[in-house]
Amino acid sequence: MTQGDAALLDVNRLSLDFGSPRGRVHALRDVTVSVPKGRIVGVVGESGCGKSTLAFAIIRLLAGNAEVTGGEIVFEGQNLLDLNARQMRALRGQRMSMIFQDPMTALNPIRTIEQQMVDIQYRAPGGQAGKRRHAAEALDRVGIPDPESRLQAYPHQFSGGMRQRICIAMALLVEPALLLADEPTTALDATLEVQIIDLLKDLQRDIGCSVLFVSHHLGTVAELCDDVVVMYAGEVVERGSVRDIFNNPGHPYTQALLQCDPGRIRERTRHLPTIPGNVPNLLGMPRGCIFKDRCPHVFDRCRHERPAHHAIATDGHTASCHLLDQTAEAPA
Amino acid sequence: MWLYLVRRLFLAVAIVVLAVTLLFVMIHAVPGDPAAIILGPRATPELKAALHAKMGLDDPLPVQILTFFADVVRGDMGTDVFTQRPVSRIVLGQLPFTITLILTSIAWAALVAIPLGCYSAIRRNTMIDKVTGVLSVGTIAIPSFVMALYALLIFAVLLKWLPAIGAGQGGLWDAIRHLILPALAVGIGWVGYISRIVRASMLEILGENHVRMARAFGLPERRIVFRYALPLAILPTVTVLGVGMAHLLSAAVFAEVVFARPGIGGLIVTAVNTRNYPIVMGTVLVTTGLFVISTTIADLVNAMLDPRVRESL
Repeated sequence: MTQGDAALLDVNRLSLDFGSPRGRVHALRDVTVSVPKGRIVGVVGESGCGKSTLAFAIIRLLAGNAEVTGGEIVFEGQNLLDLNARQMRALRGQRMSMIFQDPMTALNPIRTIEQQMVDIQYRAPGGQAGKRRHAAEALDRVGIPDPESRLQAYPHQFSGGMRQRICIAMALLVEPALLLADEPTTALDATLEVQIIDLLKDLQRDIGCSVLFVSHHLGTVAELCDDVVVMYAGEVVERGSVRDIFNNPGHPYTQALLQCDPGRIRERTRHLPTIPGNVPNLLGMPRGCIFKDRCPHVFDRCRHERPAHHAIATDGHTASCHLLDQTAEAPA
Repeated sequence: MWLYLVRRLFLAVAIVVLAVTLLFVMIHAVPGDPAAIILGPRATPELKAALHAKMGLDDPLPVQILTFFADVVRGDMGTDVFTQRPVSRIVLGQLPFTITLILTSIAWAALVAIPLGCYSAIRRNTMIDKVTGVLSVGTIAIPSFVMALYALLIFAVLLKWLPAIGAGQGGLWDAIRHLILPALAVGIGWVGYISRIVRASMLEILGENHVRMARAFGLPERRIVFRYALPLAILPTVTVLGVGMAHLLSAAVFAEVVFARPGIGGLIVTAVNTRNYPIVMGTVLVTTGLFVISTTIADLVNAMLDPRVRESL
């Protein structure tokens, strides 16, 4: 999926550990993700697979016990891991911004919407009145009725869906090159989810920014994204265009994930399908394939050797599974 | 808002009635006949009986309580058994000394402790954080009267920098010099206490989502701390300070006794020792009132800081 020079963000073989009292948790291992200019890249996977960690690692807002052990994050030609705190802060809210999972807690409860929206424009030239007008325009664009007077309100006077709209308005007010969206619809109900996704899609088209969209919801990813990265237990197991991933999933995990999507179930059933087993413990370095304990197609090689990414089609669709290795003989 | 104040007023009355009633019951459980103590060992039974009748001690307890409140409503808090002066005048005469002491103590404690707590939270696990942590626990653990005694010994007796007793005669400067040691002794435990509370709530707020969001927009750390986190982190401290007035009153009692300062504290100790019931009642009435006022002020300050509280008033 590497589009060469067109990429805005290139995460190359990023590995990241969390220090914990019981040992080091290898939260990300050799994660490679590329976000081309103007495209929307979805990151999907179960809870705890490291997809949010990836987003926070890019904007470098992880907890203090996180430690990058390898790889690089190249954004607009510079490795973000080489930047000091001041240089990194200059990028945040300027070249990149973020939408968070829980709109109920993302806004400061004792500052008005206006104060918070004007605050984030602190680097922009112009006076208070101009920044206020910008804020009102941004609210209007995300569909907040009567934005002029709503600027005076506090976050608790809005519903969850409205608060997420405000967060989106703020994230896009700064016209970033890259928008990181960390499960922005998870805390909202289904009807709101559709509205928010449509809104994001429209605004992205207007502004032309790139988006890294983190979600566990396959439906929203299919709806919104151009490319998809499937993560499992801290590793990228498959990547490709939305069409490739959904029509021709290569990795057994992606296949299982798609089978579990209630929206794709054709026959009537009383039992929703699940993937048996749990995400493996990431405390020790795993041997072999990360998915071997839950994989229906597991064979001997999976237990000893970590699979490399194998191309499925020529357009950059790859998956890390020994079954796709054309050079080896088929398993018995 | 007005509804809140009316509700608060009713609550205040309820608290005062409850406190005074409790005190009546407790005083009656304490052995020792006030008349015998007041009149001395050679008093005749007739004199005692006369004094009992005058103080209303022969009435059943509920009647005494009701009589007391009826008098208070009329603005009469009784008369001092010894001097025959009105209790209200005596108590209100001593009140400014105590209020000055408490406000000075809490003000300097808060002014030192809030920045200290903030600093410890921002630079957590550094040397300064650890040192203030240990010192805080130390000052919280040492009772204020021990602090008062050592402050007296070191600064007044050994070093002779400051006067040892009294509240000073004439002149603002003299009054201030007399206030320093008691305020130091009363406030120092609060420095530790408040700085710990501020540190804990600051750490909690700095870990919250909205702070992370502010950081994701690249806001300067200084602005995040002072505009986004501190006004929120200060809320529990304001409540604690409001309730803490009660605690400070008892700390002030010790300080006033140790430094022989005029004030409510010295007054109540003497009154209890001499079974001077009207003074005891009057003092408790006033201090309970002070407590209600200080918690109300704390609530109002919180409402000023937090729009969510403002709406719930």
